[in-house]
Amino acid sequence: MKPNTEVKVGKLILKNPVVTASGTFGYGLEYSQFFDLSLLGAIVIKGLSINPKEGNPPPRIYETPCGMLNSIGLQNIGYSYFVKEKLPFLKRFDTKIIVNFFGENLREYIELAERLNDTDGVHALEMNVSCPNKNSHWRKMGLIPELLKEAVREVRKVTDKTLIIKLSPQVTDIAEMAKICEDEGADAISLINTVPAMVIDIKTRRSVIGNPVGGLSGPAIRPIALRMVWEASKVVQIPIIGIGGIITAEDALQFLIAGAKAVAVGTANFINPLSAMEVIKGIENFLITEGIKDINDLIGTVTD
Amino acid sequence: MNKINKLKIIKNQALTDEIHLLSLKVSDPLEAKPGQFFLLKMNERYDPLLGRPLSIFDLEGDKISFLFRVKGKGTKILSKLSLGEEIQITGPFGRWYPFPQGEFAVIAGGIGIASVFYLIKKFPERAYLFYGARNLSEILFYEELKNLCKEVFISTECGRGEYKGVVTETFREKGLKLNLPIYACGPMIMIKELRKILEENQSNLQCFVAVEERMACGLGACLGCVIETTEGFKRVCTEGPVFKIDELKL
Repeated sequence: MKPNTEVKVGKLILKNPVVTASGTFGYGLEYSQFFDLSLLGAIVIKGLSINPKEGNPPPRIYETPCGMLNSIGLQNIGYSYFVKEKLPFLKRFDTKIIVNFFGENLREYIELAERLNDTDGVHALEMNVSCPNKNSHWRKMGLIPELLKEAVREVRKVTDKTLIIKLSPQVTDIAEMAKICEDEGADAISLINTVPAMVIDIKTRRSVIGNPVGGLSGPAIRPIALRMVWEASKVVQIPIIGIGGIITAEDALQFLIAGAKAVAVGTANFINPLSAMEVIKGIENFLITEGIKDINDLIGTVTD
Repeated sequence: MNKINKLKIIKNQALTDEIHLLSLKVSDPLEAKPGQFFLLKMNERYDPLLGRPLSIFDLEGDKISFLFRVKGKGTKILSKLSLGEEIQITGPFGRWYPFPQGEFAVIAGGIGIASVFYLIKKFPERAYLFYGARNLSEILFYEELKNLCKEVFISTECGRGEYKGVVTETFREKGLKLNLPIYACGPMIMIKELRKILEENQSNLQCFVAVEERMACGLGACLGCVIETTEGFKRVCTEGPVFKIDELKL
């Protein structure tokens, strides 16, 4: 018998716990040429802002040992274009659409959350607390507990859709940040965003990417992400979406066992467009082999 | 439909100290156009993590070939793979060279020949090729190209070959007056020089160039490979790698 792979994240029921990480799966269309997107638990859309954003100057990526650095700079097509040109296509698939979003300041976060709340076909909101505005003190909303608290509280007021907060690993105590999200009414948290990192070209004595610092992703950060998921899961009841260098089903299973209710496949999509699908199959096979009838019986079963 | 293929290596040959020719046996029929590229994943390990975008050098029957310069970790591994080993190739991706209607001019600088060889082969006896390299030993496939082209002009910086100096100078002298659409691939400095020549001569010849940039996904999702154009950032993998020369901000 096929084991149950359904998991609940906030108000969403995902057919399986595998979603795509924001920024690694474009607007879905790009990958629909490789497999049926309806197989996914959910698609998390590339970070969206109210207005289109041009992003950072190239070069934007650099490969590092077992990982990669990126400084895309949140380039995106903006809310209106997304709703008009991308969303209709996404609605054709039998999966959940989670829109990752950000603003230049808290006002923009609130405004976009309001709009997404009223947008048919958007099932959930993933709030990226890495605000890109260099001049706004909201830039640090993901890093400073007080700012996070206020930001989550204000955004929560304007949406009754599932609200997920995507947290930065660049904090002293991830459990504290997770708890703040829970206390302020978030439905779930995503852990972790990329790790700020740097590579220097010794000949030019400059960073190898256009922006001096980029975000590190890929298997290199997986053990860090796993540890953070585990720490957070001990203090919050709300679901955690585990993210960070997941390539195989085994990687994903580690996150589920550590306490993640779902997992996001990110950088792996770049290496093999079928990664997410293969992770879904691998998880199912594991459940069958281990005689586990319901994936929820596996989640958070790690023992100290 | 883009596909993911695991193909067996049937040739992996060093043509110079740095340049390798890799040929793979095609199992399912592959269709790709000149100027397009594939992502080659060297192995199943995570270091290097990403595939390497390589232009199609040649595709005929059950053989696809890639010509590449060993530059870093990835291409070094690629150059050392043995016959019989399998590698994953994903693609084809990207915009191809618009098909030439009649005769056409091609400018290739160094390893840039990798991107235009298939174009020349697809449209035999129609190309005037301006091919330049640092020295004569880096001029590859000369005999084949001579047979495929209307005419071949070889330039080397060391002075051996027909013309001494950079390929764009030979083009200025012999190529402009042909009044043909131009297809070019080579280092950025060559592309810049080419544009300068076109501008100086107030030429309105069509000129298509293939560019390269570091890539992750290859299919337009990650936005990692953008370059600056007159219309803002464009993805080399999707809106390129072939651009009109006047689109580029050089």
